[in-house]
Amino acid sequence: MKLLVLILNRLFWLVPTILGLIVITFTISHVIPADPVAFVAGDNATAEQIEALRKQLGLDQPVHIQLWRYIVAVVQGDFGVSLYTLRPIADDLAGRLPATLELTIVSVLVSAVIGIPLGVISALERNSILDHVLRIITVSGLAIASFWLAILFQLLFAMELGWTPLQGRVAGWGPDVVTGFFLVVSLLMADAEVFWDVVSHMILPVMTLAFPALATIVRFTRAGVLEAINSNYVMYEEAMGLPRRVIVWKYVLRNALIGTVTQIGLIFGILIAGAVVVEAVFDWPGLGYYAVQSILQSDYNAIMGFTIVSGVIFIVVNLSVDIVHGFIDPRESR
Amino acid sequence: METLSFVFRKLVEDRVALIGAVIILLLILTAIFAPILSTHPEDVLEFHPSERLQGPSLQHFFGTDRMGSDVYSRILYGARITITIAVIAIGASVLIGVPIGLVAGYYHGWASDALMRVSDIFLAVPQIVLAIAIAQTLGPSIENVILALSATYWPFWARLVYAETRSVQNEVFVEASIALGASPARVMILHILPNIMSSIIVRTTIGMGGTILTAAALGFLGLGAPPPSPEWGRMISESREFLPEAWWYATAPGLAIFLVVMGFNLLGDGLRDILDPRIRRSRRHDD
Repeated sequence: MKLLVLILNRLFWLVPTILGLIVITFTISHVIPADPVAFVAGDNATAEQIEALRKQLGLDQPVHIQLWRYIVAVVQGDFGVSLYTLRPIADDLAGRLPATLELTIVSVLVSAVIGIPLGVISALERNSILDHVLRIITVSGLAIASFWLAILFQLLFAMELGWTPLQGRVAGWGPDVVTGFFLVVSLLMADAEVFWDVVSHMILPVMTLAFPALATIVRFTRAGVLEAINSNYVMYEEAMGLPRRVIVWKYVLRNALIGTVTQIGLIFGILIAGAVVVEAVFDWPGLGYYAVQSILQSDYNAIMGFTIVSGVIFIVVNLSVDIVHGFIDPRESR
Repeated sequence: METLSFVFRKLVEDRVALIGAVIILLLILTAIFAPILSTHPEDVLEFHPSERLQGPSLQHFFGTDRMGSDVYSRILYGARITITIAVIAIGASVLIGVPIGLVAGYYHGWASDALMRVSDIFLAVPQIVLAIAIAQTLGPSIENVILALSATYWPFWARLVYAETRSVQNEVFVEASIALGASPARVMILHILPNIMSSIIVRTTIGMGGTILTAAALGFLGLGAPPPSPEWGRMISESREFLPEAWWYATAPGLAIFLVVMGFNLLGDGLRDILDPRIRRSRRHDD
């Protein structure tokens, strides 16, 4: 029952939060620029062209009416057209979303699968050489600029050693794009050659993105295990003669992971933010790459669309994490 | 004063945090004495096309860039940009966020809830995404990067100060000063603020590292200071078309960013251990 209240409460706040986000992007795009129309039209537009464009974009209306129209349009998934290609931005974003999702999901999985065991070992062997090495790695992971790390990886693994492709998502056109998820598609087609090609293109971007995420996961798992291992139930289990292996990997880990799971929302934020620059370096055709192209073309409609979509993804992920947390940790819903 | 010397003593004992403090000190000295320390101070603005893309040597410690300018000297001058952006942006975030958090934490009611909801909305978007949107609208310049960062980072302080204010609000010393007739402003500034100062200092130190990373990313994306500014992120982005031959060109500025951010993170972690008694206790238990 309490869990239901928690879920309903979180869902209730979803609407004002997303509305607030839309108001922020409206303010950035319509209120901050001295004259948004001249801004859109560019430097070479004549006065008549600007007036015509102002009417066409509805920017001759009072601000509150503009805001209302903007909200109605965005809620219906209409982000306007790209000022550069004149294509609907929603279509552009939808087409690129799978590439970013595939990259971020694989990165979360990789960082969790490697990070959780490392965090546990680091806690069990604390103050050992391994623990110190891992601490250096985790501290560095949060201090490295991801675009720089991406370039270093390219320099070493793609240019110098030639082990991986330099950039892109697949050689040639890739599998017939039905879902946009190349890993799944190539696996379903049972096409080993395409699958390995897709995987090899993913290695460097995933390594770059997973590094800071890994650092966070190792840190929180270590702290969680240390806290759990000193609690009374572990002492009881030790007294009962349970093998250490069972205590650690079954009972301690379960409690320690609560903190780690909560961090996944934060990690997803790091990844979406990191994706902007990492996709730019690796020419990964996702949302981040699109955002960077839009920056270069001063396509402010497209950037606002990107801001809203990545904000909504982030909000929904955090909402899900809260709910999952409620399920894992019964104290939360009591 | 006593607290200061306590913090200083603890800092010297904690070798890792001390390394962080030394790195930050070096950064500040570098920024101040850039004209003296650099080997080619004129290269920030001057080009020598005949010497472009030379490898590291005794003449050019970190080689030369696409314009033939000395990378080492440009990085030293870049430290000034990094410090300016980080200090002003974080300073502004603190000045906006702390009063909001104090007031919203002290008074209870719909206005407090509304303030915190607004900061939650800002926190609901990845900081760099919002900063990109703002910086793009305003146009590429250092001032606009600072503005974009301040506008996106203040909620961290508002949230923190709000929570801390709520937690010390019911302490006896706060009740006592209210009973003695102190005005709300006096209670907030003279009684609550000093008690939550250590959390603010820790958050600010760690926040510097994050802000420098975001600022560098904005520079890398072309949203920072326009060329020929020796901004570190921009230097890395310029170097890309000359890879893998001119490896020094990309490596050196990134190393500078890494060291500086590392310095702030290490010092922040150390300060947290020293200033936060709750964590200090658990830390002793853990080691």
